[in-house]
Amino acid sequence: MGFLKKLSRLFRSRAAVQQLPAGSVTVDRDGRIVTSTVSSVYPEELLGAIGRDVLVLFREARAAQTPLAEVSIHFASLRITARELRGGAIIFLFPQTALSPMPT
Amino acid sequence: METQHKILVLDDDNDWLDLCREIFVGLPSKPDVRTASSARRALAMLETETFRLLICDLKMPRMDGLQVLAIVRRRFPGLRTVVLSGLEDEEFRSRAYALGVDLFWLKTDMQRNSKMFMDCIESLLGHDADGGFRGIQSKSLMDIIQMECLSRSSTVLRITRGPLVAKLWMQDGELIDAEVEGARGEVAFRRILAWKSGTFENLPAEPDRERTITKSINALLLESAQAMDEKENPSTEPESIEEAGHRKTIWKLAMLTREGAEFVIAVPREGQGEPEALGTQSTDQLGAWTRRAAEIAKKLGDKVEAGPLSHITGHNLEKQLMVLPRGDKSFLVGWPPDAASGQLLEQSRKLVASWDS
Repeated sequence: MGFLKKLSRLFRSRAAVQQLPAGSVTVDRDGRIVTSTVSSVYPEELLGAIGRDVLVLFREARAAQTPLAEVSIHFASLRITARELRGGAIIFLFPQTALSPMPT
Repeated sequence: METQHKILVLDDDNDWLDLCREIFVGLPSKPDVRTASSARRALAMLETETFRLLICDLKMPRMDGLQVLAIVRRRFPGLRTVVLSGLEDEEFRSRAYALGVDLFWLKTDMQRNSKMFMDCIESLLGHDADGGFRGIQSKSLMDIIQMECLSRSSTVLRITRGPLVAKLWMQDGELIDAEVEGARGEVAFRRILAWKSGTFENLPAEPDRERTITKSINALLLESAQAMDEKENPSTEPESIEEAGHRKTIWKLAMLTREGAEFVIAVPREGQGEPEALGTQSTDQLGAWTRRAAEIAKKLGDKVEAGPLSHITGHNLEKQLMVLPRGDKSFLVGWPPDAASGQLLEQSRKLVASWDS
């Protein structure tokens, strides 16, 4: 049946959707990645961007007289939790699925 | 009068598009089915024509379906969206629903349950885009309550509007109690009636519920309608604005105290006004940080395609912070360090939801 043939053709992959990062990253005070357990398939520049943005959040909180020990950014499908580490940070990346527990 | 709705199907496979067109024109409402093989083309079509429904693939070159849906959600919030994908991954399903899609179907499931799929599409086309309560579109809460009373129902109506939850207890067609945000009785009922949209569900009746409302439902509805009319007509407001502002501040402080929060700062976007705060002296500094944090997080979310920002939390030894974006504003809610972190999100949402109400 033409319908089935056309359906099966669909599964020939020609393009990809970006997977979300999972794992942990350590960045130094300059935003350079020191260690990472995130899959090497995930673009390094995006990991770097996450690290830099997290450091900016910590830095600006300090400037606002509210130094923070930990920051979590909750997106619909990803949670980024970062702990301050002597000017740098250790960052945990948790993709959120329908089966993930509600973030707090 | 019947209107012919338009469906836009986006997929990079032209054969699939032909097949979809063949299938969807056969729907009972005979929609006008249009197709686009690239995200750019689809967005251009959405700009120039009015569509009721977008059916979108996920895996596409250059701009993938999630990116398209993120754009569509912002630029065409009234457009119904369906993801029809071959990706059998729970993560993508979650991300699609997080972007507000109405339906996520696997192409294989569409083949297996084609009847159900077509029913779903037809139902989405048939939905009225107007406001109202989910399940009974275009009906106000007054209509729903009247329907329950006329049918002499005994039930508990649970009404949800974002993070706010209200309950109405009805016994043999009479309203016996109402509860919302800590208020009970007629006060709560009037507050609930002001809600313009939300979702509701019927829970089992609770005949033993203590009666706090003795007025007839018609009298209550009439009073509430009059109050709402007066509120909408500014010329009938002889009291000073200052007085109203004072009353609002007291009410907000009471909310803050009741929930146990230390402070709240409402921060409009850059150039749209000054932060407004209760409970803190560091309005400018914390307001600036809140604005920056929300901006950085939103941009980061777009960059890593993680879906919309839900909230940001932070803590140190002295306090816990919660940043919540809401419309054009971001809110920063400060909590004591010993507040139960598991409930802070819900409590913060409640505070923020009632801040502007």
